Amino acid sequence: MTATMTPERSDTEMADRDGFARLLHAEWTKFRTVRGWVIAMVIAAALTAAVGLYAASGPETGCQPVGPNGPIGPPAPCKPSNPVGPDGEAVSDSYYLVHQALRGNGSITVRVTSLTGRSAPGGGLAPGPNPEQNFTSGVQPWAKAGIIVTASTRQGSAYAAMMVTGGHGVRMQYNYTGDTPGLPGAVSAASPRWLRLVRAGDTLTGYDSADGTHWTRVGTVRLTRLPATVQAGPFVTSPAWVQAQNSALTAATAVFDHVSVPHAAAGAGWRGVSIRAHAQEASSLPGRFRAAGGTFTVTGSGDIAPAGPGPTNVGMPADDGFVGAFAGLIVVIVVGTMFITAEYRRGLIRTTLAAAPGRGRVLAAKAVVIGSVTFAAGVIGAAPVIPAGASLLRNHGNYVFPMSMLTEVRLIAGIAALLAVTSVLALATGTIVRHAAGAITAVIALTVVVYFFSVPLAVLPAGAADWLLRVTPAAGFAIQQYVPAYPQVNNVYTPQHGYFPLAPWAGLGVLCLWAAAALCLATVLLRRRNA
Amino acid sequence: MEAAIEVTGLCKRFGSTVALDGMSFTVTPGEITGFVGPNGAGKTTTMRVILGLDAPDAGTAVVAGYPYQALRRPLTRLGSLLDAAALQPSRTGRNHLLWLAHSQGLDAGRVDAVLGHAGLGKAARRRAGGYSLGMRQRLGIAAALLGDPPALMMDEPFNGMDPEGIIWMRGLLRSLAAEGRAVLVSSHLMSELEGIADHLVIVGRGRVLADTPTRDLLAAASGDRVTLRTTTPARAAAALEHAGGSTVAAGDGTLTVTGLAAEKIVVLLGESAVPFSEVSAHRASLEEAYLELTRDAVEYRAEQAHGIPR
Repeated sequence: MTATMTPERSDTEMADRDGFARLLHAEWTKFRTVRGWVIAMVIAAALTAAVGLYAASGPETGCQPVGPNGPIGPPAPCKPSNPVGPDGEAVSDSYYLVHQALRGNGSITVRVTSLTGRSAPGGGLAPGPNPEQNFTSGVQPWAKAGIIVTASTRQGSAYAAMMVTGGHGVRMQYNYTGDTPGLPGAVSAASPRWLRLVRAGDTLTGYDSADGTHWTRVGTVRLTRLPATVQAGPFVTSPAWVQAQNSALTAATAVFDHVSVPHAAAGAGWRGVSIRAHAQEASSLPGRFRAAGGTFTVTGSGDIAPAGPGPTNVGMPADDGFVGAFAGLIVVIVVGTMFITAEYRRGLIRTTLAAAPGRGRVLAAKAVVIGSVTFAAGVIGAAPVIPAGASLLRNHGNYVFPMSMLTEVRLIAGIAALLAVTSVLALATGTIVRHAAGAITAVIALTVVVYFFSVPLAVLPAGAADWLLRVTPAAGFAIQQYVPAYPQVNNVYTPQHGYFPLAPWAGLGVLCLWAAAALCLATVLLRRRNA
Repeated sequence: MEAAIEVTGLCKRFGSTVALDGMSFTVTPGEITGFVGPNGAGKTTTMRVILGLDAPDAGTAVVAGYPYQALRRPLTRLGSLLDAAALQPSRTGRNHLLWLAHSQGLDAGRVDAVLGHAGLGKAARRRAGGYSLGMRQRLGIAAALLGDPPALMMDEPFNGMDPEGIIWMRGLLRSLAAEGRAVLVSSHLMSELEGIADHLVIVGRGRVLADTPTRDLLAAASGDRVTLRTTTPARAAAALEHAGGSTVAAGDGTLTVTGLAAEKIVVLLGESAVPFSEVSAHRASLEEAYLELTRDAVEYRAEQAHGIPR
């Protein structure tokens, strides 16, 4: 008995290396030979594309130029598009600059003794002789005053800057997204801040000091392709105050002295300039500059920072076209569930397990097949939506935040992965529940319904929506976000504006964890139960 | 000869119901083994345990010496037909066999070969949802033959077949056994197996009631009863009882004789000059033998159904 019970190697699964390949082949044959499932996958891809493009063709926020005989030309964005930073991202770049040219290597040093602010709750200047009559005083936490070395005075130029802020101490910032903290605390006449920037080739190093004697290096950055002659000098800016759907323009005023540029070109003088898109730009107030006996008083408004969708930025992320993934997702959940529950309904599961007694491997093969098929359908559905949807939005006069080619690829792969992992979650849930209606309801509730109530409808309290988008499989929708949230930029970071509580891959990771946990439970149950 | 299928001491309960209660038997190559018992005797459960679909509470089942789960490409070791209705209705019969073939590393050529063998013909390319019960049985047979296995196991394969189909099925089973394969066929009707089963495993209440060659079962069940027709029953009875037999008058000039072979009776009656018109040995049918054996099991079930305490 003992002898016969020990299987020969060739007869055991352990020696059967190509066994899983045979299972994959069998499950793929199963999938492709049910016409309804194949058609459903085509529909999922088509829905993802069609609904996405339909959604993108809808909104028209543009303004149509009007001539003497009625509207002329296609609608154009009412608000000029955001400047584009050195790395291709949308940026805000409005501030008041007092500058002179700096040729070659050199440095600039200042002392800041005051930073105060005002805000315009009504949204801007009042008409009449006293345009700032409604302003209230108070400095924005991210109001900035300091020294900047910039490639040019054009918006979106490469730069590095040392600054004091309204509420976050000294910072070194560069190229819009870079941010390094320096000395903490607020600036005042009693507690001034000394700032210095040193250029050596492409390298800029920032220092700060409380007394002008003891200096601390805050950071060093390399700005590629910095021209030989750059513009350098004191600057001030103050971002809009935002809360929920409201915003208000603000301005800040700073006092500088001990301004020193040791290697300044002979005869160079200080010139003040408002860096803005145009004089009537809506996102900042006009600035000004007064020099008296080596003391500069500078007022500025705006921000030097990455720009993202929010109350002050009416532009929309291209991901508004992704609602199509949504329609596709429902179809994918149904097919993923049916891939196993149809076998339970007909008793076919016993045929499957008689042909392949390794139950965990059967489920794994099913997961690989449904996941791969769905991923392919997702790529086919999402690929046209991303570029075409953005261009549709632009044609209707909407501003769309730019994205790099790499981001486009990531978004397409991410949407496809969202669909694929959700189909695997549906398969696993179907295995656990063994009943199509129950499993489909559960998975749709956990993904589509949670997302729908949290984001487009926004009927849940923000805290609850935030929590649901972190812990439920709906966290996977975070993969749609492509404009990052920055802690150094005051904005309303809500899903409605395209910001999710988890980073894109982290959100997809939460969905993957759900799918993995469901697969584990499904495997345990499948092994334990009588078939 | 080594057993193709061997089950040993299988026990299985579903809640308070005992499905298997020490089921043990073997299936030998080259023979058709009939697996007979009333509904609920544990036939299907035993087959599920053999296929590793249900886990027994105790006991073992091995196929060609190995537990089913340890077999690679198991359909090449044991072909089975458990539930012919277990089909995805929208998949064609041929595609159903195709995925099964792919799971065993077999190709479409093998699928077409077994389709021909099962006589499914053009229907193979139609959706299985439209198949009659008989066509489903044929598709199930084709699936069982797919891996050209040395052993086959079929649960109620005659169900839903028309008379022509039953004749075809009996011929097929015989030819499979003649090729040296082990064939286990279950049925709750002994008549379906009459004339084709070489060996019988009769079960009831989850255990084996009889495990015997069909020939022996028939001989044992027939006993030695002989029916005698005569115009003088009293004289005949006296002569036969004198020779050691015992007789029971069945009325109307008929005697039932036990204890004496028919040939001996003819000789004795001739010697005593007793006239008789017929001497016939009684032949029991398998059905009778089966009913005799399973009476207890059926009564037990009836009692349970009516809640009569034992």
